[in-house]
Amino acid sequence: MGFVFSRDGFAEVIRQLGSRYRIYAPVLKKGEGRFTDTDVVRYDYVKNFDEIELEKRSDYSFKEILLPVSGTLFYFTEDKVTEPEMDDREILVFVRSCDLHAVKRFDQIYLHNGQERDWFYERVRDRLKFVLIGCRESFDDCFCVDMHTNESTDGYVFSVEEADGEIYSDLKEEGLRELFSGNSVREEDKAPAHVETNKIFVSVPDEVPVSICKDKVWDEYDSRCIGCGRCTLVCPTCTCFTMEDIYYSDNGKVGERRRVHASCMIDGYSNVAGGGEYRKKHGERMRFKVLHKISDFKKKFGYQMCVGCGRCDMVCPEYISFSECINKVDRAIRSAEDGKEAQA
Amino acid sequence: MDINVKELKKNAFRYSKVRGETASRIRITGGKINAKVMRQVAEIAEEYGDGTIFITNRQGIELLGIPMEKMGEVNEKLQPIIDAMGTNQEERGKGYSASGTRNIVACPGEELCPFACYDTTAFARKVEHEIFPNNRHVKVAFTGCSNDCAKVRMDDFGIIGMTEPQYDPDRCIGCGQCVKYCEKRSVGALRLVNNKVVRDTDLCIGCGVCVTYCPTRAWTRSKERYFRLTLLGRTGKKNPRLAEDFIRWADEESITKIIKNAYAYVEEYIDPHAVEGKEHIGYIVDRTGFEEFYKWIMKDVQLPEKAEVSSHMYWGGKWYDRSNELK
Repeated sequence: MGFVFSRDGFAEVIRQLGSRYRIYAPVLKKGEGRFTDTDVVRYDYVKNFDEIELEKRSDYSFKEILLPVSGTLFYFTEDKVTEPEMDDREILVFVRSCDLHAVKRFDQIYLHNGQERDWFYERVRDRLKFVLIGCRESFDDCFCVDMHTNESTDGYVFSVEEADGEIYSDLKEEGLRELFSGNSVREEDKAPAHVETNKIFVSVPDEVPVSICKDKVWDEYDSRCIGCGRCTLVCPTCTCFTMEDIYYSDNGKVGERRRVHASCMIDGYSNVAGGGEYRKKHGERMRFKVLHKISDFKKKFGYQMCVGCGRCDMVCPEYISFSECINKVDRAIRSAEDGKEAQA
Repeated sequence: MDINVKELKKNAFRYSKVRGETASRIRITGGKINAKVMRQVAEIAEEYGDGTIFITNRQGIELLGIPMEKMGEVNEKLQPIIDAMGTNQEERGKGYSASGTRNIVACPGEELCPFACYDTTAFARKVEHEIFPNNRHVKVAFTGCSNDCAKVRMDDFGIIGMTEPQYDPDRCIGCGQCVKYCEKRSVGALRLVNNKVVRDTDLCIGCGVCVTYCPTRAWTRSKERYFRLTLLGRTGKKNPRLAEDFIRWADEESITKIIKNAYAYVEEYIDPHAVEGKEHIGYIVDRTGFEEFYKWIMKDVQLPEKAEVSSHMYWGGKWYDRSNELK
């Protein structure tokens, strides 16, 4: 069922939902970008509709709610372990279609990857519901269409998009009907907007031969990439973390265990005892990341990991394009195949 | 030919070794000029000069080979350029009203540069508006960050942009990139303790390198703009020297007031026999002592709480009037 709201009407809906849910949404943080007088859009707790950034894509993804950038799992003393307090309310998260598809990847890794389910993840995940932000236009570096994540028909409580000064919403949850109809201007069925084409096209190879690992396609990244890890830290499908046990400096017997985001692009990720480092060169790290996104994950779970949100392209300080890298890999594979055919 | 050379110089024309010829000195405050105005500059060079344009060290422009009798016409043609730059003027159509206070220099600043901490051109124009026209020989320069690309330490007043890095430990993954880049590109004021970053607030120069390199936005820039003010650097024959730090974590308003205040001090203490009334402020301060200078420039200045002022000011450099020996 669809509803059309005035901005004020919808703001009232959000206000009332705010007492039932904790609402997380993209928020424009003024002046908090890398450079002076630049902004960043990232997820934060919101109380009012006005705080929500519906125009711009968030620079950092929703994953920070599921997997805090730096989260304390528990505190320990000599013989006791205490978990941090947690808000019991359900959580509503505003996401775009690509991100909603990314949730499936996160669940895959944390809940359906072997026998164990990640308890800390599940505890948050069980409280999470999604609001779909409709996409009327593609951003410059999106490639969701080629990754088949441009449309979401379920998995959300309601959708939201702004057009001609009105708010359109597609409500999926019967329990909210009264709240929605009470504050809307009219009822009108509106499927959430989604894009049918992007400016960026990627050709993901169906089969990635092992020989690509030795291909020279990775070499340019040895010098181009600075190993900062931004691409993975903003990625809605990168799930890696590392664990840290911290002992408080004035009492070494007391401390906490933290789980923090980790990145296969950053120094130290592939370090092993004895001083070894499996992927020292940045081109090797790029290879590991790209092949995980477009091949290794699929081999294990049957579908592509990358959702084509394009955040990694946008955030790279060295102008390295992930989508262009996929295309370079595809061309390298094709030309190797052509070479073989010519030889035969 | 009868020319009042002193008036000519004050009117921002140059005394040339070629008799009867001059050069027109155009002020480009902060070194930023739009292409349309630049075309007008080029037209004057072609119509009145020999077609040569000299880009000065202080980001000004000099149009060479202008016959002295054309100065009046050139002044009229300069009007749209003066208007476009917003340069203060005593009388329209008469060119620049002074040349003593030099063109204010600025690096490209935050409009272009990833490291810049503020809009250098805007601040340069603001100060220019306060102090120009004035015949006293004063040099002011603005640079966006501690890299000091504008070489402000060669000037009487050098303004270096600062930001106070803001740290959110909850967004920090302990990747150590800020620590590494602070060490390699700045002063090494950061270290990791229990995988979170500790900043040595005394050593930190507010360059913002940590913010630029942080991949998670754990480091962000302070909403407040801060500045380091350096004093009384100079080039020249007698005692060339670099400027010394006077205030760190200063604000825009205080700096503007301090520079403005310096003019009254110069009027009071300048060598009455200085050739053409031109004496670097630094030499005046060498004579009166810094305490007297301090008293004048800090008049009615209300520094913000965060600002720290140097208690003693000493300058280095070689005194050529005492020794010309090499080591």
